[in-house]
Amino acid sequence: MSKNPEFVKFDKVDKSYDGKVLVVKDLQLDIAEGEFITMLGPSGSGKTTCLMMLAGFETPTHGEILLDGNIISNIPPHKRGIGMVFQNYALFPHMTVYENLAFPLRVRKVEKDEIDKKVDKALSMVSLNGFETRMPAQLSGGQQQRVAVARALVFDPAVVLMDEPLGALDKNLRESMQYEIKHIHESIGVTVVYVTHDQSEALTMSNRIAVFNDGKVQQLSNPAELYEKPVNSFVAEFIGENNTFNGEIVDIDKDKCKVKLANSEILANPISVKSKGEKTTVSLRPERALINPSEKMDNMFTGKIEEVIYHGDHTRVRLNLLGSSEFILKVPNSTSNLELKVSQDINIGWNSIDARALDPK
Amino acid sequence: MSSETKQILTTDGIPLEVSLKKAEKKNKIKAFLLVAPLLLFLVITYIFPIGDMFMRSVDDKMITNMLPKTFKAMEKWENLEELPPEEVYRSFYEDYKLLAENQQHGKLGQRLNKEKNGFNTITKKLFRQIKRKKIDESISIKEQINKLHKRWRNVEYWLAIKRTAPPYTVAKYLKGIDMYFDSDGSITQVEEDRRIHRILWLRTLEIAFFVTLFSFFMGYPIAHLLATLPMKYSNLLMICVLLPFWTSLLVRTASWMILLQQQGLVNDFFVMIGLVGDDNRPEMMYNKVGTYVAMTQILLPFMVLPLYSVMKTISPSLMRAGKSLGGTPFVAFWKVYFPLTIPGIGAGCLLVFILAIGYYITPALVGGASGTLISNQIAFHMKTTLDWSFASAMGLMLLTGVLVIYWIYNKLVGVDNIKLG
Repeated sequence: MSKNPEFVKFDKVDKSYDGKVLVVKDLQLDIAEGEFITMLGPSGSGKTTCLMMLAGFETPTHGEILLDGNIISNIPPHKRGIGMVFQNYALFPHMTVYENLAFPLRVRKVEKDEIDKKVDKALSMVSLNGFETRMPAQLSGGQQQRVAVARALVFDPAVVLMDEPLGALDKNLRESMQYEIKHIHESIGVTVVYVTHDQSEALTMSNRIAVFNDGKVQQLSNPAELYEKPVNSFVAEFIGENNTFNGEIVDIDKDKCKVKLANSEILANPISVKSKGEKTTVSLRPERALINPSEKMDNMFTGKIEEVIYHGDHTRVRLNLLGSSEFILKVPNSTSNLELKVSQDINIGWNSIDARALDPK
Repeated sequence: MSSETKQILTTDGIPLEVSLKKAEKKNKIKAFLLVAPLLLFLVITYIFPIGDMFMRSVDDKMITNMLPKTFKAMEKWENLEELPPEEVYRSFYEDYKLLAENQQHGKLGQRLNKEKNGFNTITKKLFRQIKRKKIDESISIKEQINKLHKRWRNVEYWLAIKRTAPPYTVAKYLKGIDMYFDSDGSITQVEEDRRIHRILWLRTLEIAFFVTLFSFFMGYPIAHLLATLPMKYSNLLMICVLLPFWTSLLVRTASWMILLQQQGLVNDFFVMIGLVGDDNRPEMMYNKVGTYVAMTQILLPFMVLPLYSVMKTISPSLMRAGKSLGGTPFVAFWKVYFPLTIPGIGAGCLLVFILAIGYYITPALVGGASGTLISNQIAFHMKTTLDWSFASAMGLMLLTGVLVIYWIYNKLVGVDNIKLG
């Protein structure tokens, strides 16, 4: 089966609720068949609106949404054949687990035997066999969540939408459910559009992540690229931790630029800066800066330790470096650990390729 | 370890249950004292009057107290085909003489006359004889009384006296369903053209049923709108629903009179738009139509509020889920939304039906002859005929009816499923 790279297509979609503010601006997004794509962004960034437009509960103000080449903007939700997992699961509280799962099949007039088979299969997929006669209120949060996933998949939809489905679960359960959903996706190959504001969830589960802010997709790429190579300072800030320096370009060539800070200069990798005199925000991941580096690095500075916080698997060190007291280092807790003490001076080094000069904040 | 055999002890060696009870006792007393005023209030204003009403409705002590010796003597009257023995006559004579001295004989005559026609004449005759001291107590009183009038020689009349002996009677209840004890003591129906109460009961049920139905069909969409509209509009709508609550019932009913009368606003409007001719204005008041319209409007909030409170708790994502799973909007409504509103429907319908079944002012004012309910009949007996025992009997029958409906409802739906908010 050849995969359609434009299985779901948002074509220049705008959405406004009040005619004054655009919640979604000129959205252009292609989702491939069988892909697990995550819409990630802070609340109010338009990601849920996009999902609701795809599900059919909202209509685009402008532009078209295509599913497998067909325009679906005018098709009502119940004819779209898109499964959906809601934030609060939206299980029907007056129906048993079986009836909940059978609902989409019954409205499609599927035969009784066929319904039994499919419900059974869907329940075994989420390992909830034997729970058929329970009411949703008799299930734990995680079990309800699985029923909701099973219900969205039981009628073999081409696309499944998930709207922050793990938001209400506790941390451990959330993590195990992340893997479970990922495995289900891998085993049945359905196209999943997942909405979350939790970046670690997005990084764990997705093939590709679309970072939303202010009604626009800021970056669409795979998790590794998103983390390692953010294209602008919003993405760098939103995904993972980040040390930033605000400054001005004083010298620039192809893969290096010199950034003038308040009272010093650093070397950085020019990403979205082009010429001298531009303002920039330099972003550096905490784990890319090393203490007393053994090899030669092109940025070497001395900082003073302000705070040391033990985190179990690593230690966070806050430094006063280059006039900023918010510089964070992550030091893995290995056996050869360094003696880190507050108000101690240490040498810090990083490569200019890891310091990305992005648009100014 | 089985929990039944092993008693759990606290560290002091006192059984846990005992010590728990002790600890909770203080709280229980406190809680009781808090509700005590209300309890007292309920007993004085509710339980006690109902008890009093019940006593009144079955009370029939008047004759029992007037003829104590007679009824005692009658216990020995075995052959009821024949006239009672001399002893009964003598006791009756003695009782009656005492009543005559106290000027109470008239009441007895009237009351016995209700039991059997013609009693008034023969007791008056007896009274005159006693007044003139024509009765000789030294010889058989039976013979002397029997001579007074042929009716005294009819065993039917003596049986009628005997029937009034018990201090309690259900006659008033029978009257409430158009039945009575006939002369031989069996329960019979009144003639067909005099069965007014049954018509009233049926009409009360019918009107209460349809008012509930109308309120439901009008209240459901309103409640849905209230629960789903944005706050700004739903508050306004809520005020519109509650406004009638804050207006006096009489004012509301009077406004319906202004609207519905033949020269009223609604009729004027119909004439204006040419729906009816000016000389052919329909009667919308002083009949069932008036009762239906006014009662539905007045009871509507009692339907809307429980429905609203239930609908408010139904997450809008449920309907969305229903639709996204492939249900048409109607299927999603019927299979998902509607079943979840049933507790509210139950509460609203029960509330409206029970209120409607005992409704009084509105039907009295706009109902006319064909739109009055059983409660109007009760009020009529309370105020006009002063037959309080009959009014009490009918009031209790109404109360029992309501309790029966509640019981049936509990069997069908379960009271636990009622949600008022």
